[in-house]
Amino acid sequence: MSEQGRVESGWVAPELREEFPALSLSYVVCERGSGRSGAEVKQRLRALSNRFSGAQAINLRHQPIPWAYRVFFRHIGLDPDEQPTPVEALALERMKRGGFRSLNLLDDALTIATIESGVALRAFDADRVCGQPGIRPSTAGEILEGRPSKLPEGTLVIADAERPISLLFGALASGRGVSSGTSRTLLCALGVKGVPAIAIEEALWIAAGVIG
Amino acid sequence: MPDLLEQDQRATVVDRQPFPSVAVPAGSERLARDELRRQIGLLERRLAELFASAFPRQGIDWRVGAVGGPRILSIAELERVRDALAYRLSEAQHEIARRADVEEVNRGLLESMIAEPQRFRWVRLSNEDVGETGCRHWHARPRWGVVGMLMGWWRVKLSSGCPLARGRWPRA
Repeated sequence: MSEQGRVESGWVAPELREEFPALSLSYVVCERGSGRSGAEVKQRLRALSNRFSGAQAINLRHQPIPWAYRVFFRHIGLDPDEQPTPVEALALERMKRGGFRSLNLLDDALTIATIESGVALRAFDADRVCGQPGIRPSTAGEILEGRPSKLPEGTLVIADAERPISLLFGALASGRGVSSGTSRTLLCALGVKGVPAIAIEEALWIAAGVIG
Repeated sequence: MPDLLEQDQRATVVDRQPFPSVAVPAGSERLARDELRRQIGLLERRLAELFASAFPRQGIDWRVGAVGGPRILSIAELERVRDALAYRLSEAQHEIARRADVEEVNRGLLESMIAEPQRFRWVRLSNEDVGETGCRHWHARPRWGVVGMLMGWWRVKLSSGCPLARGRWPRA
């Protein structure tokens, strides 16, 4: 696990690295869980809502980073129109609700960082992740905790040293997410071809900065 | 294949030959998958450009469908994704071209309507009919109601636009 506040690189399974050389997982650990957002964070969300207009939402898939995620979704068999990329999902919510809603400190931090950078972020309870996180295909008979059925073999997952903790761009394993009892948060950024390393670092810094 | 994909961006996909299947020499399956991924990236970019240029037209189908994932796709699956993207792009281009023709006709009709409203009694055109955003509409109707109808005093009335938004911004 990383030292607090230091961005580190997770592992990527060799067969995946061969297919997707630019696929990466970077992470940082924050010595804090979630909680209620302060007035400053709420104000920042409101300012972000005002800055993010309908025209930007329509042109989002034109922009290099959101486009890179859309393409990667296609490459791994997902349809970004059915299952939107993280930044598009937030843009859609912004359009539907007229603003970015404040939910809690962690979700607000992820919203701010994702909209500012376009990078896909995930968060886990750092104390419930064993060893370094990484990306790999699932093996036969493997399960994602909280799901009744086994994962189809070869499903791309974020995993720790022991088990899958989340689907790649999908559901988290039960009990691995950040809850009210979380005291340390593991923030992960997923990098794909076309997403510069500096954007990934920036996304993690923004999210970690908001969480504090 | 690269030449075909990287030629003039303004040319339409429908003018081109359909994408041929990627020939797979023994031992080069990964290269074939890389090539297919590159083609998918280009098609996705063109679809994104078309999506942005289609605004404010609504009701165009942009869905391509998922082959099921997340996982490493085989050559056949990547070909399916690429072909579905090419088909969707071509369909969307046709639909936008068809609508652009209708909008052009409607713009001509609007000009005639404004010039001679009495020839287009009760005709109503909306912003959507002429390919613009907003809720405005033009309506050829008589001045002063029945009196105008009897006297033949027709005019084109322009509506004031969209109703004001109701409700409050969600509380933070």
